[in-house]
Amino acid sequence: MSILVFIEHRDGQLRAVAREALGVASRLAASLGGPVVGVCAAASDPGLAALGDAGAERVLLATHESFKLYHPSGYAAAVVAAVKAVGPAAVLFSASAMGKDLAPRVAARLGVGLASDCTGVEVEGGKLVAVRPVYAGKAVQKVAFPGTPALIALRPKIFPAAAGAKKTAAVEPLALPEAAPESRARVTRIAAAAGGKLDLTEAEVIVSGGRGLKAPENFNVIEDLAEALSATVGASRAVVDAGWRPHSDQVGQTGKTVSPKLYVAVGISGAIQHLAGISSSRCIVAINKDPEAPIFKVADYGVVGDLFEVVPALAEEVRKLNAHV
Amino acid sequence: MLQVVCIKQVAGSETRVKVAGDGKHLDTAGVTWILNPYDEFALEEALRIREKMGEGEVVAVSIGDAGVPTTLRNALAMGADRAIHLKSDVPSPDPLAVARALAAEIGPLAPRIVWFGRQSIDDDQAQVGPMTAELLGLPGASMIATLEIDGDRAVVEREIEGGREVMEMQLPAAFSADKGLNEPRYPSLKGIMAAKKKPIEEKPAQLGEPNLEVLSLELPPTRSAGRIVGEGKQAVAELVRLLREEAKVI
Ligand SMILES: Cc1cc2nc3c(=O)[nH]c(=O)nc-3n(C[C@H](O)[C@H](O)[C@H](O)COP(=O)(O)OP(=O)(O)OC[C@H]3O[C@@H](n4cnc5c(N)ncnc54)[C@H](O)[C@@H]3O)c2cc1C
Ligand SMILES: Nc1ncnc2c1ncn2[C@@H]1O[C@H](COP(=O)(O)O)[C@@H](O)[C@H]1O
Repeated sequence: MSILVFIEHRDGQLRAVAREALGVASRLAASLGGPVVGVCAAASDPGLAALGDAGAERVLLATHESFKLYHPSGYAAAVVAAVKAVGPAAVLFSASAMGKDLAPRVAARLGVGLASDCTGVEVEGGKLVAVRPVYAGKAVQKVAFPGTPALIALRPKIFPAAAGAKKTAAVEPLALPEAAPESRARVTRIAAAAGGKLDLTEAEVIVSGGRGLKAPENFNVIEDLAEALSATVGASRAVVDAGWRPHSDQVGQTGKTVSPKLYVAVGISGAIQHLAGISSSRCIVAINKDPEAPIFKVADYGVVGDLFEVVPALAEEVRKLNAHV
Repeated sequence: MLQVVCIKQVAGSETRVKVAGDGKHLDTAGVTWILNPYDEFALEEALRIREKMGEGEVVAVSIGDAGVPTTLRNALAMGADRAIHLKSDVPSPDPLAVARALAAEIGPLAPRIVWFGRQSIDDDQAQVGPMTAELLGLPGASMIATLEIDGDRAVVEREIEGGREVMEMQLPAAFSADKGLNEPRYPSLKGIMAAKKKPIEEKPAQLGEPNLEVLSLELPPTRSAGRIVGEGKQAVAELVRLLREEAKVI
């Protein structure tokens, strides 16, 4: 049976999460014995044929001028139409901002279960099984799907982006019912974040600051290290609640769940709610003056010391290294 | 104007997870139950709208077991006018089942706004809001960080990767609240006293057939503590070497 993948785009470009989902789909399709099919809703083709190299055999494209930006009911109608056309065993989404809104709408329309924010998908005894963190990463749940198709949203940056198959995908038009593009809720525009910084959920390297920074203006030491490491700045809830940093910077249980290859926690104690958001980081570095701080229990590398001394020295050392390579 | 706020009772964020004997669910012994933090943002916003309009009713609805009225009382103490407890003993019913039961109850009430939290901090599904909106045929938006209402028109912003999406829609609508939408109030003493007299209606939840099957709940592999590279800025050169040569992350 086939696997259907919802393909995200933005500003006319395919998003990296589409290739991550295609990679998972290819693996599932290989064990279930069927093709990988994409479905996309857009104002014009964002270069879908190129997804052949990520394993897509064909991509169904629903076009309408109002599909340039995310369109909840139109995109949901496109996925439902593709499910009807293809009859897949599973539909994969990314648990991105768009996927988190879209996938439950599709699930409600199809009347089937959805597993959100999955970090693993397997075929066990011919059945799809999804693995997902619950209790903010303090436990892991395995779920199966009584109905078909199984709807699965994948946590971004957990699965490698697929590429290199040296094929092109066939792009085929997907017809929607005439009323589908009509909507009582529409996205009017996207207000870009100041400075065009990379979102925490997409960042490869993150430098986060906590209450140890003492005052909002001291975040310049964090920003300087972040610049040296080409990192995105994050924050603990303590400093967000104090109004030092915007909500969009908060990492943790009621902030963002991040999966960078390097996470540097500076002046952050490592409360359970903060750790919840960083547990899927590949490497964690902690800088804290208190050797008993809980953050050291999860950090791969720790430096005990005054952040105002250690962080500038670290930025300088990284710059030296950058100058050499 | 009637607003419905869907709230969930969840294990507090400090909870150390222990797996129950069935190997599938949380061992609830000793757990402190709280109102899901995201639902506080939803309730707060509903209360502010009611206060601004100077009229209207805020109804809290929750699906859950016999312990749920404690949390509903918290919602009433914050300022909700009345509550509906949809009783169920199913441990962590799946989001679609919950959405169906909520939609069946909420539909006939014909509210102007239906409120949800962005996600429940136990199952972390972030599904019930948009699912219930679909089942009710309402426009709406999930994970909203701002809301402005002007007559029948609502404008919201929701955070997306690297920016915010601005959405417009007509009321009635359904919203799920993200952190940052507002600063939830603490119940006042007067509110707590008043809550004791406010009605909580009880009925069975119409959950229907399950749409997900939980196979297991396990503790994740623990992240073992690494090493303290050293103290102060003398440790920096070695840290950079380790990040480059051992961890290979810079
Ligand atoms: C429902 C709920 C949800 C929550 N969600 C989140 C969440 O999403 N994210 C989150 O982060 N928190 C969350 N919290 C809050 C969490 O419990 C902690 O309060 C918070 O993470 C503490 O932030 P912090 O580490 O910056 O501050 P603190 O705990 O005050 O730690 C400051 C650290 O800085 C160190 N320090 C001080 N001065 C220096 C110096 N000069 N040099 C080096 N180190 C120094 C100290 O040793 C200390 O370890 C939540 C709490 C609740 C109840
Ligand atoms: N059992 C429940 N009773 C009432 N509302 C719920 C229930 N479960 C979830 N919700 C609502 O749906 C939101 C999202 O939950 P979830 O999809 O489980 O992450 C919550 O923040 C609540 O507003």
